[in-house]
Amino acid sequence: MTTATVLEISGLTLDLGGRRILGGVDLAVRPGQVHGLAGESGSGKTMTGLAALGLLPPGARTGGRIELEGTDLLTLPPRQLAALRGRSVSMVFQDPSTSLHPMLSIGHQLTDHLRHHLKLDRKTAKERAAALLTQVRIPNPREALVRYPHQFSGGMRQRIAIAIALACEPKVLIADEPTTALDVTVQAGVLRLLRGLCDDLGLAVLLVTHDLGVMSAIADQVSVMRHGLVVETGPRGRVLTDPQHEYTRTLLDSLPGRSTV
Amino acid sequence: MSPRWVPSKRVSGEDTGGGGGGGGRPLTRRRVLARHPLARFLLRRTATAVLLAVGVTLVTFVLTNLVPGDPAAAGLGQRAIGDPAIVAQFRHHYGLDKPLPIQYVTYLGNLLHGDLGESQQSHQPVLDDLSTAVPATLELAGAAIVVSLVVGVAFGVVAALRRDRLTDQLLRVVSLLGVSVPTFWLALLAFYVFFYRLGWAPGSGRLDPGMTAPPHVTGLYTVDAALAGQWPVFWSAVGHLALPALVLTAYTVGLLTRFTRSAVLEVLNQDYVRAARAKGLPGRAVLFQYVLRAALVPVVTVAGLAFGALLSGTVLVESIFAWPGLGAYAYRSATTLDLPAVMGVGLVVGLVYLTVNLAVDVLYGVIDPRVRVQ
Repeated sequence: MTTATVLEISGLTLDLGGRRILGGVDLAVRPGQVHGLAGESGSGKTMTGLAALGLLPPGARTGGRIELEGTDLLTLPPRQLAALRGRSVSMVFQDPSTSLHPMLSIGHQLTDHLRHHLKLDRKTAKERAAALLTQVRIPNPREALVRYPHQFSGGMRQRIAIAIALACEPKVLIADEPTTALDVTVQAGVLRLLRGLCDDLGLAVLLVTHDLGVMSAIADQVSVMRHGLVVETGPRGRVLTDPQHEYTRTLLDSLPGRSTV
Repeated sequence: MSPRWVPSKRVSGEDTGGGGGGGGRPLTRRRVLARHPLARFLLRRTATAVLLAVGVTLVTFVLTNLVPGDPAAAGLGQRAIGDPAIVAQFRHHYGLDKPLPIQYVTYLGNLLHGDLGESQQSHQPVLDDLSTAVPATLELAGAAIVVSLVVGVAFGVVAALRRDRLTDQLLRVVSLLGVSVPTFWLALLAFYVFFYRLGWAPGSGRLDPGMTAPPHVTGLYTVDAALAGQWPVFWSAVGHLALPALVLTAYTVGLLTRFTRSAVLEVLNQDYVRAARAKGLPGRAVLFQYVLRAALVPVVTVAGLAFGALLSGTVLVESIFAWPGLGAYAYRSATTLDLPAVMGVGLVVGLVYLTVNLAVDVLYGVIDPRVRVQ
């Protein structure tokens, strides 16, 4: 792993309502790599992802550093952070049936941040949007632009959400359980798409998931979280076949038809 | 109070509908409508509204005839009632001696010709009475609903954004007062304070005494005066309109503030709002395009109901401010058992409700694409 890290999280702590959620998380995400973040519900995976976008719930107190190419996002003034959000770091949410606005057309949702961040005019933005839809393999992209989310299937909606996240050519994509809400048959397609985009665009992907099956399918690096701490990090092959930490072993053992003992 | 979601048709798998093609079939009306879901939606809603309007005539007719009171007794003097011949002649003159179904059919037939009967009080056609009363009330209720919408929605949004802070607490008290203070009491108090004590507001009626009404175009004095360029009349009309309209606003502002606040709070918690922030959109864009759009659906519903409430609220307010509108006319007709007039008022109120509901339904379709699809 010689490429420089693009997103480096070091000693990230998070307190919310007097409770410690994250107790010093360290993560390094490199361009062209999928970094899987595993762990059970409540282990702090999602909060780590949200922290990188400055989208933590109100009242959250953070410590440590989240560096995007050397710039600490945690201490960045709100205006500058907003300028990076959706531009350099973007996010795909768990459930595309709730993360897309039901009353705004696909075209609107694909172009508003494009026009805001890249100052494109309406026509250029629309063309770029159609190209993006082609990139995520939505058929008839021009026609899809005037349609609304409810007119698409779950898998297509998630592809559209990915297109939205990629619109401004970000360096880092945070995908929070992007396949959990989808049918198993559709999951593989979305994962392949993510992997492909990561390879083609040199995108750094932080893939948050509790599903070790998903993890083993596309991640290069895997970090395992528990109780707000990263307990184990390493290349996928090693972590999944030769886990060093007992908790990782327990997680793997809980998979049906698998056992490390 | 969610709108009636119509199950939506999904484009499944790899097929996005194809759309454009369709071979060489002629472009029939049906096919034009099929391409414009909004037009089809409007047509369907309007057809329903017409059916409902017929229902309204039946209900007004039946209800009016169920009233335990003899219009002859109310319409004739003390001595005339003692004379069976005069009573019979009265009943015959107004068609009251015929069976009810016949009376209804006659009533419907007359309605189609714009004949709503003759008021037993004013001895004028009811249509003429209504044509002066309805615009007066529409001017009052219209001004009130516009002000209420602007103020109520603004208050609601601010309260939601400042949740649990001082502004929110203050607005909560204001809206609570608005919905709980009885309108007639507020009307009396406002009249006493602003007219009698402070002398800020002009007296009752629609114009200053001695001023003649502007040439009739819409019947709304403010609009007609502005159209005719009669500015003294315009300002007098605005001055007379202000206080009763503001009194009517109190309740609807309170109602709309509360509903907007809860609607906005609910939408703020939605994933798509978080997703919009994750896109780095400015707060203003997130609020106006993402949050308000979705929050407007329940607000529109309540605004429709609020407009209905305004119309019933005008009965008391118009009586207190001597506003020659529908409320005052309804009050006078009901207390004198002037049946044709009561039916006319019932019909108008029913039709206004229908129109408002139709407008609300149409707005759903405009705001939310899911409603358009059948």
